[in-house]
Amino acid sequence: MEDILAKARKQAEEAEVFTASVEETHVQFETNRLKHIQSKQTRSVALRIIKEGRIGYAVTTEMGDSQSLVNNAVETAHFGMLAKFGFPSLTSYLQIDVFDPTVEPISIEKMVRLGEEVIATVTKHTPGILCEGGVTKGIISIRLLNSRGGQADYRKSIFSLGIEGNLIRGTDMLFVGESESSCHPISESKTISDSMLWQLEMAKEQASSPTKSLPVIFTPHAVAGAIMPSLMAAFNGKIVLQGASPIGSKVGQQIFDKKLKLWDDATIIYRPQSRPCDDEGVLSQRTPLIEEGIVAGFLYDLQTAALAKTKSTGNGARNGGLPTPSPSAFVIALGNATFDEMVGDIKEGLVIEQLMGAEQGNILGGDFSGNVLLGYKVENGKIVGRVKDTMVSGNIYHVLKDIAAIGNEAKWVGGFLQTPPIYCPSLSVAAK
Amino acid sequence: MAKPVDIESAAQRLAEIIKKQKADYIEARLEEGNSSYITYRGKDLESIGRTTAVGGNVRALVKGGWGFVSFNDLTGLSDKVKLAVSQARFVGNEKSQLAPVESATDTILVKDKNPVAIHLSEKKQLLDEYNEVIWRTPRIQTSVIGYGDGRKKVIFISSTDSYIVQERADITLRVTAIAADGGEVQQVGLSLGSRGDFSAIQGIHKQVEGMARHAVDMLSAPYAKGGEYTVVLDPVLAGVFVHEAFGHLSESDFVYENDRMREIMVLGKTFGGPELNIIDSAAMPGLRGSFKYDEEGVPATKTYLIREGKLVGRLHSRETAAKMKEQTTGNARAINYRHPPIVRMTNTYIEPCSASFEDIIGDIKEGIYAKNWYGGVTSMEMFTFSAGEAYMIRNGKIAEAVRPVVLTGNVFNTLKNIDAIGNDLDMNQGGGCGKGGQMPLPVSNGSPHIRIRHCLVGGR
Repeated sequence: MEDILAKARKQAEEAEVFTASVEETHVQFETNRLKHIQSKQTRSVALRIIKEGRIGYAVTTEMGDSQSLVNNAVETAHFGMLAKFGFPSLTSYLQIDVFDPTVEPISIEKMVRLGEEVIATVTKHTPGILCEGGVTKGIISIRLLNSRGGQADYRKSIFSLGIEGNLIRGTDMLFVGESESSCHPISESKTISDSMLWQLEMAKEQASSPTKSLPVIFTPHAVAGAIMPSLMAAFNGKIVLQGASPIGSKVGQQIFDKKLKLWDDATIIYRPQSRPCDDEGVLSQRTPLIEEGIVAGFLYDLQTAALAKTKSTGNGARNGGLPTPSPSAFVIALGNATFDEMVGDIKEGLVIEQLMGAEQGNILGGDFSGNVLLGYKVENGKIVGRVKDTMVSGNIYHVLKDIAAIGNEAKWVGGFLQTPPIYCPSLSVAAK
Repeated sequence: MAKPVDIESAAQRLAEIIKKQKADYIEARLEEGNSSYITYRGKDLESIGRTTAVGGNVRALVKGGWGFVSFNDLTGLSDKVKLAVSQARFVGNEKSQLAPVESATDTILVKDKNPVAIHLSEKKQLLDEYNEVIWRTPRIQTSVIGYGDGRKKVIFISSTDSYIVQERADITLRVTAIAADGGEVQQVGLSLGSRGDFSAIQGIHKQVEGMARHAVDMLSAPYAKGGEYTVVLDPVLAGVFVHEAFGHLSESDFVYENDRMREIMVLGKTFGGPELNIIDSAAMPGLRGSFKYDEEGVPATKTYLIREGKLVGRLHSRETAAKMKEQTTGNARAINYRHPPIVRMTNTYIEPCSASFEDIIGDIKEGIYAKNWYGGVTSMEMFTFSAGEAYMIRNGKIAEAVRPVVLTGNVFNTLKNIDAIGNDLDMNQGGGCGKGGQMPLPVSNGSPHIRIRHCLVGGR
């Protein structure tokens, strides 16, 4: 790394080298049994330079060929964006624990047993169901070095378990599933199997929905699938800077229901999305986004923050390319209603778990529209069965303006969101 | 440009190592490639970069269990093979089954110009032109343009003495215009792609202009009312429809070990009317889903999935073909060396019939004409796909534009509800398919215009 930095500095004013290496083991289940074990070892080096004021960028998996990497970065810098930022010179970071040394030595046998436990419980409850999914452990090592003396070096452990069940009756297909991830090892399977059994119980009977506006409870899975894509775009500083976020000019204004509080947090210990610093070496932080319904702020990396004349929020993330503002983990504050109270309040309505295709609409505008892959009909305060061939459509800026209640228990979904269920008084439903 | 790394010598070393291992079957892929990309966000170039990558994998089969090891570091290959074999042995507890395939020694090189080598200034010039076209349109708020190209060489070797070298090149372009007015935001996009032929993305200024104007028009367009409609799909969206609504269901990894799915997907079952023919073919030359050999070294074929409305075939890997006692089709694909091959589509399309566009819309009193794609997803039985543009059809004529719609259906009914198939087959090259964490895989989809009765449309 030092060698690449030195070579780059001969041709550019500033330079930054970022390396990531990942060692991952994954055991995979298909049709209720172990099918596949995979090991993945990946590494890459990214070089970002500032030459004649412009940003150049190149990535390689080849540690040995640093001159080509430098040459590629120099070539692209000729066309690159004008750099408006300076590399940070920080060398010490917050202590945010994301590495648990007990993850690495976990045996394949133990990982297999964990998956088998879930499958055994689920198939015992519902004979004929076919489960697939996997258990993964991984170690990620990150190093960053820049020409201002800034450097970072940390490791992260990740352990995850996810199982999906598919039950076919005639040509009717039911999908249930749950997953969990942590920087600690997951040692018990009950959380996952309990959740799947609950879904199976609720979906046991079939129910039908009318075509009209209905009250709807979004479970944490549905909040993640239907509501989050639009919110994550709307709070992205880059989209705000472009004028393409509907709330970009609304800081300090009441746009959402007073009950809603949302923040981005990269500092929660032992969470897979946490880290001491972002991919540009900026300190991790907790960034308020919605405070009692009022737009409180947006997410920035160094370049976007400089263009927007503000400061980076430590949200510069790389997905193989240049750092760009990305959420670390979104957290929605707890409300005060129990799930049963919310269901009990509905005369006729839906509980939505999984929406299929919700992210296909006009995400920037806040529209979502999807087929209810897993959802339940509520009649007179009780869940009576699963709905099918049903579409719900809405706009998150309408839905989140008037919230009937927010749940008092939260759940992590997909590692990137911690949210309670959200109960909305009215949503457009179309059914066959 | 980086000098190519010598994956040939590593492949030869691997071929020797594989021979010495005790497993039912072992294969390895080594890959070397480079790529470039340019993105615009708004008036300015956002990012430009070059990437070079070298990597490989080993996959072993022992008693029906699979082990897989992927890596960037080409040293210590012997340990990597041993790890894959020991993993497979840990899993395996039955008889391994793989459909037979003739071993092959072959080299397929890219004949066209390498798109990665085209000077960045030439690529940037073209994108600048498209961006200017968007920004000339009044009330455009901003634009997003993503261009990417790549070239790679993959060497496949197997314990059954195959040694196949395949090169491929790929280009994708997505152009999006975003219009805004107060809190209203509308976006319209256009996706193109090719097998490395840069001219395929040149000269689309008119299309880009139309797209930008449509984004602005959308700001004042009404929403469609949710409910059931007669829907006419253009070739692009019908291509996405056939991919989502039926293509995924024909991937036999969903079927081969699932007794109930085997009952549902029994060959001979009627899925559509007698005019309906659906095909998947990697053997069609020059499309983004085309190849000579798949990632298991199986030659590409043209596979009828539905012929005259009846299920007649499905897509296979060597394992699924053996377990279902059917012929291999050469549909095991991997997005890159980091993933094992899984059953995937290639170029999937509905065969054209005789109806003209006027025939198709002529007798529709109220319906929706949906064009262009935004996305699509399936759960096997149910699927949704979304249009980039939508118009009402009133009394046999295209009427006012409405906001983009999401359509949904149930595979067991919707294909039967196709009651008109046009004569204007067109293959769309802009798609990328996702499955099992592998995305985007280059595929193409196509169809003529089609009409579907009783299609559920989301709206207000």
